[in-house]
Amino acid sequence: MSTLLEPFAAHYNHWVTIFLMVSGLYIVIAKDNMIKKLVGLSLFQTSVYLLYISPGKILGGTPPILDPRFAVYSNPLPHVLILTAIVVGVATLALGLALVVRINEAFGTIEEDEIFEERGVEE
Amino acid sequence: MMPSTALLSEPSALLMSAASASGARALMAAEPGTLIVWAVVVPALAAVLIPLVGRWPNVREAVTLVAAAALFALVVQIAALVGTGARPERILLEVAPGLDIALAVEPLGMLFALIASALWIVNSIYSIGYMRANNEPRQTSFYVYFAIAIASTMGVALAGNLFTLFLFYEALTLSTYPLVTHKRDAEAKAGGRTYLLMLLGTSMLLFLPAIVATAAIAGTLDFTPGGILKGKAEGTTTLILLALYAFGIGKAALMPLHRWLPAAMVAPTPVSALLHAVAVVKAGVFAILKVVVYVFGIETLATSGQGDWLLAVAGATVIIASLYALASDNLKRRLAYSTVSQLAYVVLAAAILTPLSAVGAALHIAAHAVSKITLFFAAGAIYTAAHHTNVSELDGIGRRMPWTMGAFVVGALSMIGLPPTAGFLGKWFILSAAMTAGKWLAVVVLLASTVLNAAYFLPIVYRAFFCGPSDRAGSSGGGGFGHGEAPWPIVVALVATAAGTIALFLFPEPALRLARAMVE
Amino acid sequence: MSEGALLLTAAAGGRGLALGAQLPALQVVAPLLGAILCAFLRKGVLAWAIASLVTWAMPVVALALLWQVQTAGAISYAMGGWAPPWGIEYRVDALTAFVLLLVSGAAALMMPFARKSVAGEVDGDKQAWFYTMFLLCLAGLLGITITGDAFNAFVFLEISSLSTYVMIALGRDRRALVAAYQYLIMGTIGATLYVLGVGLLYTLTGTLNLVDLGTRLDAIGMTPPVLAALSFLTVGISLKLALFPLHAWLPGAYAYAPSFVTAFLAATATKVAVYLLVRYLYSVFPLVRMLSEVPLFELLVALSIAGMLGASLVAVFQDNVKRLLAYSSVAQVGYIMLGVGLANEPGLTGALAHLMNHAVTKAALFLAVGAAYYRLCTVRELTTLRLSDLAGLGRQMPVTLGIFTLGGLSIIGVPGTAGFISKWYLALGALEHGWWWVVVAIMASSLIAVVYIGRVIEVAWFRPAATALAEAGRPNAAMYLSMAAFAALTVYLGFATEWSVGLAGRAARMLLELAP
Repeated sequence: MSTLLEPFAAHYNHWVTIFLMVSGLYIVIAKDNMIKKLVGLSLFQTSVYLLYISPGKILGGTPPILDPRFAVYSNPLPHVLILTAIVVGVATLALGLALVVRINEAFGTIEEDEIFEERGVEE
Repeated sequence: MMPSTALLSEPSALLMSAASASGARALMAAEPGTLIVWAVVVPALAAVLIPLVGRWPNVREAVTLVAAAALFALVVQIAALVGTGARPERILLEVAPGLDIALAVEPLGMLFALIASALWIVNSIYSIGYMRANNEPRQTSFYVYFAIAIASTMGVALAGNLFTLFLFYEALTLSTYPLVTHKRDAEAKAGGRTYLLMLLGTSMLLFLPAIVATAAIAGTLDFTPGGILKGKAEGTTTLILLALYAFGIGKAALMPLHRWLPAAMVAPTPVSALLHAVAVVKAGVFAILKVVVYVFGIETLATSGQGDWLLAVAGATVIIASLYALASDNLKRRLAYSTVSQLAYVVLAAAILTPLSAVGAALHIAAHAVSKITLFFAAGAIYTAAHHTNVSELDGIGRRMPWTMGAFVVGALSMIGLPPTAGFLGKWFILSAAMTAGKWLAVVVLLASTVLNAAYFLPIVYRAFFCGPSDRAGSSGGGGFGHGEAPWPIVVALVATAAGTIALFLFPEPALRLARAMVE
Repeated sequence: MSEGALLLTAAAGGRGLALGAQLPALQVVAPLLGAILCAFLRKGVLAWAIASLVTWAMPVVALALLWQVQTAGAISYAMGGWAPPWGIEYRVDALTAFVLLLVSGAAALMMPFARKSVAGEVDGDKQAWFYTMFLLCLAGLLGITITGDAFNAFVFLEISSLSTYVMIALGRDRRALVAAYQYLIMGTIGATLYVLGVGLLYTLTGTLNLVDLGTRLDAIGMTPPVLAALSFLTVGISLKLALFPLHAWLPGAYAYAPSFVTAFLAATATKVAVYLLVRYLYSVFPLVRMLSEVPLFELLVALSIAGMLGASLVAVFQDNVKRLLAYSSVAQVGYIMLGVGLANEPGLTGALAHLMNHAVTKAALFLAVGAAYYRLCTVRELTTLRLSDLAGLGRQMPVTLGIFTLGGLSIIGVPGTAGFISKWYLALGALEHGWWWVVVAIMASSLIAVVYIGRVIEVAWFRPAATALAEAGRPNAAMYLSMAAFAALTVYLGFATEWSVGLAGRAARMLLELAP
């Protein structure tokens, strides 16, 4: 039993990443509601944060503080990178939501299928 | 050599003094390489000048005429040099490694340039008469595009390599499109579509790939006596390349890619006359001839035996196009199909693949040029004076337009290939080459086509001179037979080309000399 | 400018204070600072002036960089003084300098057009923001090109993308909002896939420096995780460069964005994405092993040809002029990617040269359409330009439509125009593989271009004009200047190719590790 679960357990961070990624993409593709699509997009982006951060952590490692008492510490670079990525993600989400507000004003709906079918928008 | 040179340069001196441009005299003293560049630049300059003086029609037409005269003088000057064995050339620009824009003169191109530039003068006189008499709109742009087309023709004639030839070949297609669609009505639009799509289609899908392949195989695109593919291409490769060239050069109107030529007949008659009987179509057969002689090499192609199918296709085109001509009532359409058939003569001659046949091909280019332009001029004169476009309306017109129809007879005789006209000359050479080479298919085709030519030209002559005017023709004339000859510039032009048709028969020496120099 | 230079010298930490050594940073920092400055302005004219000054300085910097690269070889610039591979490296080699020049040059030549065109299409109070976004986008595009750091490239990618979404949404047609939203979704997916690929590579190698990545991946070889990273990167970037069939966002975005934005994006955005992909395929992943083990290049050729033919065919049936040209752009991206997929010297040279040739050509075309739209808007209410709106415009705006025709000829690939040169090299590249059918496809696509360009020409010249145009609405001299500049370049690059083929050839030989 344990041997069967071992690959999952050893890399469970990757499984979470993949789960988030796929469900996020699914929402983006399957939903017509523009807000829901943005939620999916955010999930999708979040999966990447996990992908970067989790390998950076070393079990038993300390924060990267130069001190003779600590020999093993975690890699700080992924955290820095993902901090940037989170900012980018937030900006994207904000802009996306702003666009949805404007679309709602202009078309009276935020359902993509309604906009395409009834309002005569060429795809 | 000297007498012909003197003969040729005398009128040029006259014309130059008429043009009386001091810069022109400097040109005459310029070195040969510069001279051939000016042959392209002069008509291009005219195209720039014409819109600037477009407000004053007389000045505008003067620019065209002066440019035409200057160009002819230049070309004659170059021809004199070529006659003494010089082969001036000039690399203008290295576009990219292996892609040069280069001009170079060789006898065949010289002959083509001579014909085109000489006929531009006559055609300009004709155009002035025609465009004014018919109150055509947008005359300025007409002359501009015409000058660009001539510049492109000169570029084709003097191209030193395949890339340069292709460049000007495409420029010729594009600059003639506005001329074909000059009327801008639905018919012009449809004709223009066929014209552009067929010419650009063939050149892009077949001609350009052939050039790219040639560059990849031979490593050069320069026209070289003996051929650049000599010893470099295998049998199948040669076959494919030749097919790509033969059909890719759509301007040669080899069947089944001939449809653009009848479609181009929606253009005003001067365009049909100079461009679609001389410049454009001749650029096509000229390019094929040039590819056969300078890219493949006559001997290489003859020994490989890969050219035989071309003979068959050209032969079929000669016959089928003649049949189409026979069935067309519209005069310009009939002439167009006649052109298709006559162009195939040249390809046929090239496909016989002997030096003698190449000479015949070159002569036929010249002969057909002067005669077909005469026929178109006549058709335009009839349209201008009587507003007839169909053969069936021409009963008795010979009595009202004796000069026009007289010239028409000369042109028709030349098409059939009877002495004392130029058409006889080219046909004679091709026929004897075919017999010597034992290409009996070509012989049969030539003889059959002579009969067919007679069958579709002689009835027109017969109607014009020996039938009484029909009621229909009378009524549309507006109160009896109210029309006589077309305006004098038209008549002068068509008589001049008819005279040229006979002159070329009587004095073939200069043309023959150039044609022979090509295969030496 | 001087503030930027001061800041930079300070940032360089005493490591060579000469301006010449700081040029790589200047290329990105100047537009960023300009953007901040513009954000504080309220007047469109002022913002335009600042944007113009910054934008005009950029090609000068790019030229200087190009000169430095040609005389002294590739430049490595350590941002903030942190040595690579730990710090962010800005790296300028033959390819980088070429693309920098292309992007900055295209932007600079467009600026004269921007003033009137943007004033006509964007509300007065939003114009300063518009130029802020434009400068941000420019900074992003130049940043992607110049940076030698995989993650930094992602950040710049998002900077340029986010600002692009905003600019597209400023279009007059309400459908611009939907187009921007769709582009946002697709673009973010693309960028996220890209950063996923980078993450995998980072986990595998522990480095983000592209040069360093290259050497380390060479040691690892094409293992499954490397392949996975390669797939993520390729798909992600292909979304941004609109490789068929990942192009769905492009037609809408181009069709409804303000005219100036469309021209700018068409000339630069997809080109920079192509640059990024070329960088990964040729410099980061072990090329020789990839060519023999992964059928990626064959796949690229297949997709490119599908795009060249498919998108061209779709363009034939478009009624919206900008949409028509947008599909043409998808087809032209196909040409570029075809050369990338051919992976030999003539093919890659053709692809890189086509980056420039197509940028110049499409800029001329979109600016001409923009000028026509600008003029028509003064006499009737138009949110977008339909084919029928152009009726009779050939005679009313002969110069503009003449420039359009010229650009069209270049798209068709008529000799004597820039478009011909690229096609020549692509065809040579295909023949080097013995793929004659690729040559046929290239030419067939050109022929379809005759049809869709021909449709516009016919409407403009053969149909009678629908309305009389007011003299007052004439595009100003500056707009004509921009259009004429691109038109002249279209012809110039058809006859003199030192700046296109010459530079592209050098870059291609560098990428293929051939003797220069």
